[in-house]
Amino acid sequence: MARLNLWRWGVLGLAGLYFLVPLAASVVFTVDVPGQGVTFDAYTRIFATEGFTSSLLLSLELAAATIAVVLLLTVPAVVALRLGSPRLRPVVEVVCSLPLVVPPIAFVAGIGTVLRWGPEHFSRTPLFQTFVAVQNPDFPFVLVLAYVVMALPFVYRALDAGLRAVDVRTLVEAARSCGANWPQALLRAVLPNLRGALLNASFLTLALVLGEFTVAQLLGFRPFAVWIVNVSGSQAQLSVAVSVLSLLVTWLLLLALAGVGGRTRPTSRG
Amino acid sequence: MTATAVRVDTASAASPKRRRRSLGWVAVVPLLAFTALAFGLPALAMLNGAFTVDDPATGATAYTADNLTASLQGAYLTALLGSVKLSAVSAGLGALLGLPLAQAVVTSRFRALREAVLTASGVLANFGGVPLAFAFVATLGNAGVLTRHLGLTDKGWDLYSFWGLVIVYLYFLIPLMVLTITPALEGLRPQWREAAQNNGATPAQYWRHVALPVLLPSLLGGLVLLFGSAFAAYATAAAMVGSSIPLVTLQIADAISGNVLVGQENVALALSLDMVLVAGLVMAVYLPLQRRSARWLA
Repeated sequence: MARLNLWRWGVLGLAGLYFLVPLAASVVFTVDVPGQGVTFDAYTRIFATEGFTSSLLLSLELAAATIAVVLLLTVPAVVALRLGSPRLRPVVEVVCSLPLVVPPIAFVAGIGTVLRWGPEHFSRTPLFQTFVAVQNPDFPFVLVLAYVVMALPFVYRALDAGLRAVDVRTLVEAARSCGANWPQALLRAVLPNLRGALLNASFLTLALVLGEFTVAQLLGFRPFAVWIVNVSGSQAQLSVAVSVLSLLVTWLLLLALAGVGGRTRPTSRG
Repeated sequence: MTATAVRVDTASAASPKRRRRSLGWVAVVPLLAFTALAFGLPALAMLNGAFTVDDPATGATAYTADNLTASLQGAYLTALLGSVKLSAVSAGLGALLGLPLAQAVVTSRFRALREAVLTASGVLANFGGVPLAFAFVATLGNAGVLTRHLGLTDKGWDLYSFWGLVIVYLYFLIPLMVLTITPALEGLRPQWREAAQNNGATPAQYWRHVALPVLLPSLLGGLVLLFGSAFAAYATAAAMVGSSIPLVTLQIADAISGNVLVGQENVALALSLDMVLVAGLVMAVYLPLQRRSARWLA
């Protein structure tokens, strides 16, 4: 038994070392500048750096829009599947898992091709205005479309897991017997019971959008992750400092989620 | 999984409720329409582009397999193989290192430790991309803290290499493995071990004949999941090494942004199709395995 414990603590210790050292080293890297000694300059400089606020705001707006769209699309569908159309379930399950098969880089290659159709084939039709509008640099809606697709597998699984714990049919029937109409039954009986799953899905989507780099960079937009890479060329300390901060924020969000969601774990992948 | 679906099916067939079923259709339609537009359209565009060439002189388009052939030759083939090799090595190591870690956590008596490790795994498994790359550049890069303090450059260390990338990828692959394998490890009933012991089996025999066969589908499933995750990764490598290491994702990005040659966009689409085929293969292996492990560990 003692041998077993030694082995276990050895494994945990090594893992702790591997996972904590890069984080600690990143912090050291940002505060201990060669030739300057210890300074918190990198952190104070972040807010004054050009592009920080605008790119962060853009990322947050994109995240908010993505969460709204993905929940509006999936929640009614998942609840309806539970209530009445079990035969559609496999269809929706497959559709929601398909984005996992297409790597983001292949997905963005496809999006880029579609976007080029605009000027090539539709330049004289009203449809062209749509192509221009979704690529508005102030709020590139095309990114929201892409992020919703990428978030779909995780959101679907989070909601499905949440619904499994709730007897939706009985809940709705009880609400209907008490005189509620359909929207009331959904909003006031079903959704409150799904609070954990909804939060779970929202946080996963938020983390995904805040960290997303591939699609945004290749389509030529500049949300937060793209901005960090652009800054890194000239200011290494600063970009690492921003990375540390963004990790801390994500970590806190997911820990908060673990607290709110109770026993549900902050990931749907497991 | 299948069993419950069948049961629900027969239950609703016994008491048909037409109104509800029509409501179900209506609520599912927006989701399907959206995916058809936002996912189906790019996917079709990719498929179509992968098989066409535009003649720059006449503007005519012709269907051909040239792009696909080109995507499996020369530098593109090197990149594809490089990605497969990197993903295979890091997935193998990730599975190998994740299993003992998960086992150490599952058998621990401290609930708080378990919860902490699983929460941390959830965070770290999603911690790919740019911040991860910079954390490792700050740690083991040319001017990184460990590199400077331990003098690693003189010992031949280089983060911007194959093994450097493996070490970085393991940072999100090991937690992913822990998350994938933990339910399977928790499903190993203590009674099985006791029964094996009562029949005179040694721990090695228990693992060889009982635990590993039950774990095998989950282990293999985790392995292909890790492979797929590493295979699709782009942001980490792009932020860290630029394009000094041949990876298929970096090649596609270069071709899309026109860094290499004008008119290579369709080869990029063919490369994307290659990636989708590999990823599809991974999923085709993963899903049946997952179903199989669910049978034992339900």
